[in-house]
Amino acid sequence: MKEKIRIASGQGFWGDLQTAPIDQVRKGDIDYMMLDYLAEVTMSILQKQKLKDPKLGYAKDLIPLFDEILPDIVQKGIKVITNGGGVNPLACRDAIFEVAKKHQIKNLKIGVVFGDDILGKIDSLAEKNIFLDNMETGEKLSSVRIDVISANVYFGAKPIVEALQQGAQIVITGRTTDTGLTLAPMMYEFGWAWNDWNKIASGTVAGHILECGGQASGGNFTGDWKSVPDLANIGFPIAEAFPDGKFIITKHEGTGGLVSSATVKEQLLYEIGNPRNYITPDCVADFTSIHLEDVGENRVEVAQVKGREATDSYKVSMAYFDGYTAFSTLTYAWPDALAKAQKADEILRARLKILGLEFDEIKTEFLGYNSCFGPLAKNADALNEVVMRIGVRGKDKAAIERFGREIAPLILTGPPSVTGFAGGRPKPSDVIAYWPALIPKSAVTPNVEVRSI
Amino acid sequence: MKIQLLQIAHARSGDKGDTGNVGIIARKPEYYSLLKKYVTEERVKKHFEGICFGNVDRFELPNIGALNFLLHHVLGGGGTKSLKNDAQGKTLSSVMLRMEIEIEETL
Repeated sequence: MKEKIRIASGQGFWGDLQTAPIDQVRKGDIDYMMLDYLAEVTMSILQKQKLKDPKLGYAKDLIPLFDEILPDIVQKGIKVITNGGGVNPLACRDAIFEVAKKHQIKNLKIGVVFGDDILGKIDSLAEKNIFLDNMETGEKLSSVRIDVISANVYFGAKPIVEALQQGAQIVITGRTTDTGLTLAPMMYEFGWAWNDWNKIASGTVAGHILECGGQASGGNFTGDWKSVPDLANIGFPIAEAFPDGKFIITKHEGTGGLVSSATVKEQLLYEIGNPRNYITPDCVADFTSIHLEDVGENRVEVAQVKGREATDSYKVSMAYFDGYTAFSTLTYAWPDALAKAQKADEILRARLKILGLEFDEIKTEFLGYNSCFGPLAKNADALNEVVMRIGVRGKDKAAIERFGREIAPLILTGPPSVTGFAGGRPKPSDVIAYWPALIPKSAVTPNVEVRSI
Repeated sequence: MKIQLLQIAHARSGDKGDTGNVGIIARKPEYYSLLKKYVTEERVKKHFEGICFGNVDRFELPNIGALNFLLHHVLGGGGTKSLKNDAQGKTLSSVMLRMEIEIEETL
């Protein structure tokens, strides 16, 4: 057994810093790199891409990334684990094999985890009395069934560990929990038992800290953000994990950013609910047990994590089509910037009414004044400029399109000193609404396939 | 004395559907008791009037000197449905830290 392994975070979401995973591979030693590409809405976007072209449906950024790093990771023996396979991890694998051929790399083993996509099984599940009703609101799935675009089960670390056991150097998954991507190499390398809840919880906490990339190493840090050095060269976080479950969060020497107990605390609190019940498919972690200590420059030790037995359900993330939105902005200048913007909003709403257009919601915010602070906003008189941002939402696409034609006219027919209408008429975007549900673990089985060239 | 939460805490916020979470962390270990004493569910609900339209839940993490708040119905429907500029609640942390509290203690 290795004495320790270093697991690097290379990507916190699809669209994250493109150089981060390359730096993780080249600027120091690592054993594993995890890349998280999937947000809640991402699966539905990928499902649409796959409908148009059956060879798509995964995070396309992975291909140029592997084109860049594949020779390095093969030479150094770094293993890469990613959920960027989206709704088509097998096609993603094939595309990476093509990259390997281009670089004349042989004997590369890639593991694929799939079986999370249950879009085609919703009705057969219902026949078995598994209804996938909304776990937060209790609403029946039948109310939106016809509009469902994607449905994916969140698998945990287990199938990834299977792929690693079969010798995979790269593991591509569909909808896997972000935390599972980090936990898996610890389970595999240290041979932890699947009922060693404290250790599983520790690996899960490590995953939670790594899953948002630079947000644990000085990015988006409210503590003392001015003191964070060299964010232009931010080093993404690395978990140095030990067989007893303890781990140290750090980053490569010579990179920018900051790893301190304060930056790690902020990330621990990101998007959590009840801290005693952090539920994943692998365990229930207790965030109130976590012990943090600064143990060196850019080194924070995380220890004493406690966990409990996993639940018998997987979470299912579903997305359904729910109408359209469109947005537009106009900028108003001093004097009376806010009053002008408010008048423009009033005129626009009156015109929409005259046109007989109806929307489910119209919302106006004044950027520079109240879009973050709502009724707490202060000092309206002191504004140099303010941006009126107006959005509409509804089921009638024609009405949303018509709204888009009413913005530019305000420049010559509304309040004065206005600018900033760029990018043409706003166009309708689809609203993809989120539908979380639970499914018994016994109802779905992850597929693991490891192949090599 | 009257203080602003920003003086004694830092914070991070995020989203899950139409619920926002705001974690606040004591800048010094001794400030945690002030957070616990003064930053109650009621106080937070009042502060977020007109922004948060649902309940507020508070959870304690004494191990890291932090509190976590869940603010329900705060994101205009959440996700791509929301018409808010901050549909993901990223700046709820700033709104929280702007809160003023009257404390009996001195800093």
